[in-house]
Amino acid sequence: MIVAELKTIEEIRRMIDRYDSVLVVGCDSCVAECAAGGQRETMLLGAALRLAYRKEGQDRTITDACLDRQCVDDFIQGIAHQVPEHDAILSLGCGAGVQALARVYQDKPIFPALDTLFIGETEMRGVWQENCLGCGQCKLGWFGAVCPVTRCSKKLMNGPCGGSVQGRCEVNPDIPCGWQIIINRLESLGELDRLGEYVPPVNWSTSHAGGPRRVEREDQKP
Amino acid sequence: MKTESRLEKVLRAGHFAVTAECGPPKGSDASILQTKGKHLLGCVDAVNVTDNQTAIVRMSSVAACSILKNMGLEPILQMVTRDRNRIALQSDLFGAYALGINNVLCLTGDHQSFGNQKECVGVFDLDSIQFARTVKEMRDNGTIIGGEAIQGPPKFFIGAAANPFADPVNWRVVRLAKKVDAGVDFIQTQCIFNIDRFEEYMRQATDRGLTDKVDILAGVTPLKSAGMARYMAKNVAGMDIPEALIERIAGVPKERQASEGIQIAIETMQRAREIPGVKGIHLMAIEWEDRVPEILKAAGLHERPEV
Repeated sequence: MIVAELKTIEEIRRMIDRYDSVLVVGCDSCVAECAAGGQRETMLLGAALRLAYRKEGQDRTITDACLDRQCVDDFIQGIAHQVPEHDAILSLGCGAGVQALARVYQDKPIFPALDTLFIGETEMRGVWQENCLGCGQCKLGWFGAVCPVTRCSKKLMNGPCGGSVQGRCEVNPDIPCGWQIIINRLESLGELDRLGEYVPPVNWSTSHAGGPRRVEREDQKP
Repeated sequence: MKTESRLEKVLRAGHFAVTAECGPPKGSDASILQTKGKHLLGCVDAVNVTDNQTAIVRMSSVAACSILKNMGLEPILQMVTRDRNRIALQSDLFGAYALGINNVLCLTGDHQSFGNQKECVGVFDLDSIQFARTVKEMRDNGTIIGGEAIQGPPKFFIGAAANPFADPVNWRVVRLAKKVDAGVDFIQTQCIFNIDRFEEYMRQATDRGLTDKVDILAGVTPLKSAGMARYMAKNVAGMDIPEALIERIAGVPKERQASEGIQIAIETMQRAREIPGVKGIHLMAIEWEDRVPEILKAAGLHERPEV
């Protein structure tokens, strides 16, 4: 899923203060799972904004709404009836959600309430870990299902580097060394031999390095 | 002989090699570099020129190598993959060789979060092992990555770093083997303070037959003070400074700590020299280039062979 975090109210207000009415739109998918932009967070942000404006004696219309998925056209239509009544939309979707709203509601200013961070997993309640960079050619099969491109701070394919100490990354002791995880896992599976071979340079052209990516499938089109 | 490198000639002739390090200045003043370089003339076989070490912006290592070369030194061009993609790396290799530089040390580099440009993108298009393989293919096949032919292939003597003290410990020699397979000719190790652990590492390397395929130079850094020892032990990635060693420096009065540090470095060099498979010393006297001649003299390593 996509993991994101709420921006500060100050930053959000610098973007939306000029509008009299704002539709605050959450997304009940990934960003709900990471407790940043789901139904609950949308309601809380709406309330916080209303309170802030009221305290300053400003008369604003702040309306909450939440879509099941902000990145899919069919769902986005769910707020179509509310959009015309508002001057702007504040999205609690990920970057994809914000841009999807902007594509559908072309005449409406759209603003992000979240900072979109990464593709990751919920490791435990309150802990989210980045583990996929979407490089376009998954090599997890060779690394014990632990991604060196994502979990190593230097994207080493023939790691580990010389800076790993007691299983922690040189960048920050809070970061577990991805290569230590790879080696431990392959060792416990008895497949350490997979790491003996030289891994040639990565073809980054399938990642974002090749420009914005797009998938088109004729068998899926209407 | 694979190259025109003086270091290769020294090693092939069976001499015990000595290299030192010279950090380029944080600016364009060539005289700072030349002053440092003067101290090293005649007492080392080659000089490593660091590449924006610890991710601090400094004079380009290619330019600094060229300046030192013109003074009569034999530069080892350090190149990190942190700052350049494969286009820039390969292009700089062409340029460096055209300037008469014959040695390259292939590194990934310290992460940019250590330096003074913490907000930058780290490139890491290649890792150090892929980079070493690239330099080898340029030299031996005359091709760049992807197989296109080179007009006048650069013929570098290829080096890499090794840290016998980083974790996971049981993986260090495997990684050394991968570097050797990638085509590395010589290795310069991370600073050795824990000589027992280094001896064990060398034993493993020898058992795997690696010391027959690659020349290993033992990395030594003289400590200037107990403070520096503690700082390095705590803050430098992958550094193993035993507590007993810190206590030894801390045990002498402040004004004598530098000479105690030098004494330890001399003892380390002498002991390293006795370890099977060690073919030379890489003396990293950080911002202490002027002391290199006396340290080498005291260690009996200052007279360099004619090759």
